[in-house]
Amino acid sequence: MSRARPDTKTTSPLRSGSSTGAGDRVFRGLSRGAGIALLGIMAAIAAFLLIRGLSAIQGDSANFLTEQRWAPKDDPPTFGIAAIAFGTVLSSLIAMALAVPVAVGVALFISHYAPRRIAIPLGYVIDLLAAVPSVVYGLWGIRFLVPRLEPLHQWLGAHLGFIPLFEKSAAGSRTMLTAGVVLAIMILPIIAAVSREVFLQVPRDHEEAALALGATRWEMIRAAVLPFGRPGVISAAMLGLGRALGETVAVAMVLSPRNVISLHILNPEGNTIAANIANSFGEADDFARDALIASGLVLFVITLIVNASARLIVARRREFAGAAI
Amino acid sequence: MAKRIDVSGLAAYYGNTPALRDVNMSIEARSVTALIGPSGCGKSTFLRTLNRMHEVVPGARVEGKVMLDGENLYSPGIDPVFVRRAIGMVFQRPNPFPTMSIYDNVAAGLRLNGLAKKRSQLDDVVERSLRSANLWDEVKGRLRRPGAGLSGGQQQRLCIARAIAVEPQVLLMDEPCSALDPISTLAVEDLIAELKTRYTIVIVTHNMQQAARVSDVTGFFNVESHGEPGKLVEMGDTSKIFTKPDEKATEDYVTGRFG
Ligand SMILES: Nc1ncnc2c1ncn2[C@@H]1O[C@H](COP(=O)(O)OP(=O)(O)O)[C@@H](O)[C@H]1O
Ligand SMILES: [Mg+2]
Repeated sequence: MSRARPDTKTTSPLRSGSSTGAGDRVFRGLSRGAGIALLGIMAAIAAFLLIRGLSAIQGDSANFLTEQRWAPKDDPPTFGIAAIAFGTVLSSLIAMALAVPVAVGVALFISHYAPRRIAIPLGYVIDLLAAVPSVVYGLWGIRFLVPRLEPLHQWLGAHLGFIPLFEKSAAGSRTMLTAGVVLAIMILPIIAAVSREVFLQVPRDHEEAALALGATRWEMIRAAVLPFGRPGVISAAMLGLGRALGETVAVAMVLSPRNVISLHILNPEGNTIAANIANSFGEADDFARDALIASGLVLFVITLIVNASARLIVARRREFAGAAI
Repeated sequence: MAKRIDVSGLAAYYGNTPALRDVNMSIEARSVTALIGPSGCGKSTFLRTLNRMHEVVPGARVEGKVMLDGENLYSPGIDPVFVRRAIGMVFQRPNPFPTMSIYDNVAAGLRLNGLAKKRSQLDDVVERSLRSANLWDEVKGRLRRPGAGLSGGQQQRLCIARAIAVEPQVLLMDEPCSALDPISTLAVEDLIAELKTRYTIVIVTHNMQQAARVSDVTGFFNVESHGEPGKLVEMGDTSKIFTKPDEKATEDYVTGRFG
């Protein structure tokens, strides 16, 4: 490297001259500057949130992780994320259980069953639905869905009430189930849209391999399309789950909140972190806001854990996934 | 077991574009028939009409008759799914199911056809098929590993094993060696020679030495100009097609003057 090489300095066309690199250097400087600035801003935000959140937790008279109530304005302040974190996960699980099978079905219908003249407009509709703001789903949920799900709540409570999950001991349909349904409808389009893209990318080779063995269309989908699409569907589901976990407005509008850990999804009780923030932020004082920030950080951690486990699942399947992802 | 095929008045279309017209051909049971011809003359299309794979292309359709031991594959009551179970196919590019193990690849057809009975029987069929495909010794220690981890030649033999595991009556092969190295090609050619005692084999190849080596009968397809439908120019014993064919076009092609 440092060895002297006499006459290459001016003659070799391979050496970069000062004239060629100017644009590169400007661009490199700009992008590096922007990158550093962005990281700096993010670090500052994180530090701010951490400091505020931790200071609130220090002022908490209860155990922040196990307390169910959320009363930071009481004297002494008593609040914890046990109930709202539980509710966040529960409502999202309900949403996933309802949305993923339907979304995969819709995606398969568009990619492998519907004739082109139906599939293309349907694809546009799904893309459009994925872009509807959540407040619209919330309004629709409270005005349309809540009254119409009342009979379903009665029926489930009456017939399946012996299962703890479906025990109905309080009237009303502004429940975890309804919140889950609204969330499911909200995340369905994005899951369907991404899954459809993945299903459309299944190599023709794989599909023909199955068909030539005498597979029916459904068998072909099971043998070739679903295995190829699995990592993509998992990613799509995680995208939807991330949206469901963080959803604020729609849940806040639909759910009648009560901060308890409860598996009774037919009772108007339970709450989620995001909805709790939306509901409490308005009348919160400084300390109560810091407490909400602390709960927001917990939501962030939950989302991180969900994403990391999804990555693990996808990575474990990779060896068998061929070209997928 | 092996059955004969009689094709008459066959035409194939992609949308409104004809790709083949008026093909008449007889294929004896337990023989190897090679189909040769310049690229784009409709060899693959023809092969795919024999197991009703042509129609899986959107807009594609077939006219005419394909008789399998006297039964028309295109008569209204026939289910293409059952046709494809009876007539196996090996593609140009090896296409094992990438998410399945070697074992599951071979067993896939049996499972689809509901023929998979007991575990031990399945084990037997998988071993027998892999042995028939001359692959058993290379993979017996790693049956649970993904099929996509094999070399190209091994993958193609895996696809052959998968196709013969269901004991088809006819085996169709579309340029099965075109993606393979010479040694794997030899392995597959040897395999064809062994399989022909049990199966009726139709193989498309662009390699004339290969056609001469493996086949009993050769059919020459040609297309007048691009965009025209292809047609069967001549068909006969392989030795005759390669030494003194009746048609000038065939002679030009096999002597390498075009195509
Ligand atoms: N999927 C398809 N869609 C439309 N045209 C096709 C398709 N596959 C093949 N063709 C056309 O049909 C003709 C015959 O093709 P093919 O059967 O693949 O020829 P070969 O196998 O002899 O090379 C060609 O003109 C080709 O362009
Ligand atoms: Mg071809």
